[in-house]
Amino acid sequence: MMDGSKGFEDAKTGEQQIRKFNLNFGPQHPAAHGVLRLVLELDGEIVERCDPHIGLLHRGTEKLMESRTYLQNLPYFDRLDYVAPMNQEHAWCLAIEKLTGVEVPRRASLIRVLYSEIGRVLNHLLNVTTQAMDVGALTPPLWGFAEREKLMDFYERACGARLHSNYFRPGGVHQDLPEALINDIETWAQEFPEKLDDIDGLLTENRIFKQRNVDIGVVDEQTVYDFGFSGVMARSVGLAWDLRRAQPYECYDEFDFQIPVGKNGDCYDRYLMRMEEMRQSTSIILQAIEKLRAPEGQGDVLARGKLTPPKRGEMKTSMEALIHHFKLYTEGFHVPAGEVYAAVEAPKGEFGVYLVADGTNKPYRSKIRAPGYLHLQASDFLMKGHQLADCAAIIGTMDVVFGEIDR
Amino acid sequence: MTEALKELGELVSLKRGDCVLGWDVSFGELNVDVAPSNIAGFVEFLKSDINCRFSTLVDITAVDYPERAQRFDVVYHFLSMHQNQRIRLRVSVREDDMVPSIVDIHPSANWFEREVFDMFGIIFSGHPDLRRILTDYGFRGHPLRKDFPTTGYTEVRYDEVEKRIVYEPVSLTQEYRQFDFMSPWEGANYILPGDEKGDTKA
Repeated sequence: MMDGSKGFEDAKTGEQQIRKFNLNFGPQHPAAHGVLRLVLELDGEIVERCDPHIGLLHRGTEKLMESRTYLQNLPYFDRLDYVAPMNQEHAWCLAIEKLTGVEVPRRASLIRVLYSEIGRVLNHLLNVTTQAMDVGALTPPLWGFAEREKLMDFYERACGARLHSNYFRPGGVHQDLPEALINDIETWAQEFPEKLDDIDGLLTENRIFKQRNVDIGVVDEQTVYDFGFSGVMARSVGLAWDLRRAQPYECYDEFDFQIPVGKNGDCYDRYLMRMEEMRQSTSIILQAIEKLRAPEGQGDVLARGKLTPPKRGEMKTSMEALIHHFKLYTEGFHVPAGEVYAAVEAPKGEFGVYLVADGTNKPYRSKIRAPGYLHLQASDFLMKGHQLADCAAIIGTMDVVFGEIDR
Repeated sequence: MTEALKELGELVSLKRGDCVLGWDVSFGELNVDVAPSNIAGFVEFLKSDINCRFSTLVDITAVDYPERAQRFDVVYHFLSMHQNQRIRLRVSVREDDMVPSIVDIHPSANWFEREVFDMFGIIFSGHPDLRRILTDYGFRGHPLRKDFPTTGYTEVRYDEVEKRIVYEPVSLTQEYRQFDFMSPWEGANYILPGDEKGDTKA
């Protein structure tokens, strides 16, 4: 039979010649970073097409928000990107403050910056180290999570919860920080660069890590525009686009920090940028602490008015304060009619809230614009032509969290 | 900032008067109302015009106003990293209208349009792959419409007898609680006990 009478094709079975392999990646795969289902079409080990199926974590946040008051909606934002909860709350507060025209007191503004940067470090620590785990390194996540644990403690000491903080409020932050906490954050921020150097030593020049990340998932400038990238994904091609600098919100304009940009737009560049952003964030944290201690940084943390509760002591003696407190937590405050879009530079990119208010105590419509949604959308483009194993590296570097993508 | 936005608003309404139905600057943001049929051309113009260069699509969403004849507002947000400006386009459409897709101009519109279709049932003509995106496979209805109940219509559970997931109509053990905390003199729409006495007198 194998005498060559059927030509060379005989050695191959018909199956091998025609069939592309369809593979389900996820939804329960550790490298999928949550509940992502990718339907991959493979030619051997090369990805030919990638169709992400999302929505497995869809909780209808936007629908739920329409039937709750503005203040009741705030905790939903912790549950979007649960890796850096306070950055999301920030966008919601900014949107409300934009509509109501409330000025945030300086101390609250500084605390917001401080905790946003802690959120950024939290996010990048998780992302950098778990991405390293996706490509085979086991130690970095252990070290990274030890640091995350300390930061979670700071979250807990500020607001009582490690993850779902509900700390930023329209008009300021919920409570002032105790002096001891500020001191501890400072101590941590001084020690943290050493810990970063440790992780750096494990990964940056590691041969396996480089082989898995250099020239993988390359992005160019046109792709950034076409797919609407933001954050680290956009900066990895060399665009120095950071909302903290370009469209400053809060009091970011008085802080001194650098915006790291990439050169090649590959996974390795993005890793290096995240490491550098953590260093920059640490420096912002230290600057914020210094400003918090300065005389200008003292004072109230809430813009007292309709949006915020009266002081506890006042409620003991003033009838009006008591009524105000009761009405605020039942009826909630009213927001003037109008529509705004407020965006913050979340660790993952531009996180925005489009809020349509109709003058009542509930939002008429609120749309959450998650950066990961656009990044994941480009996965077909990014993964095409790569090997199956590279998919894990690319998903890792896109920094997707399904809380915010599926909403 | 507002001055620059006003200039930009005048510029686009001057250059593309056929597309722009109206524009205003409110809360420091530029809103432009666009006719549905012209949206693709206008977005193309915004992307390529040297004074605009809105090359990044930030968001597409919709807002449902059931009491209006043109029920939906499809809302586009664009960002120009070159000019450091944002713009919002609003397109009012009827329930059975189709909106031209802008996927050819901004590939990132793909998932946004799928989401708007999924959540509101607005159809985008020319979209390459208009499937549902966030809801379940085989889901019916469009959840973000105002007439869709928050509780939904179906619920799922694992059936121990059939050894599979089964879909059932929603049965709530307790009525869905929707409190109306609006002050009675500021537009609450519930009847307080005793209100009926006032009506008989009047």
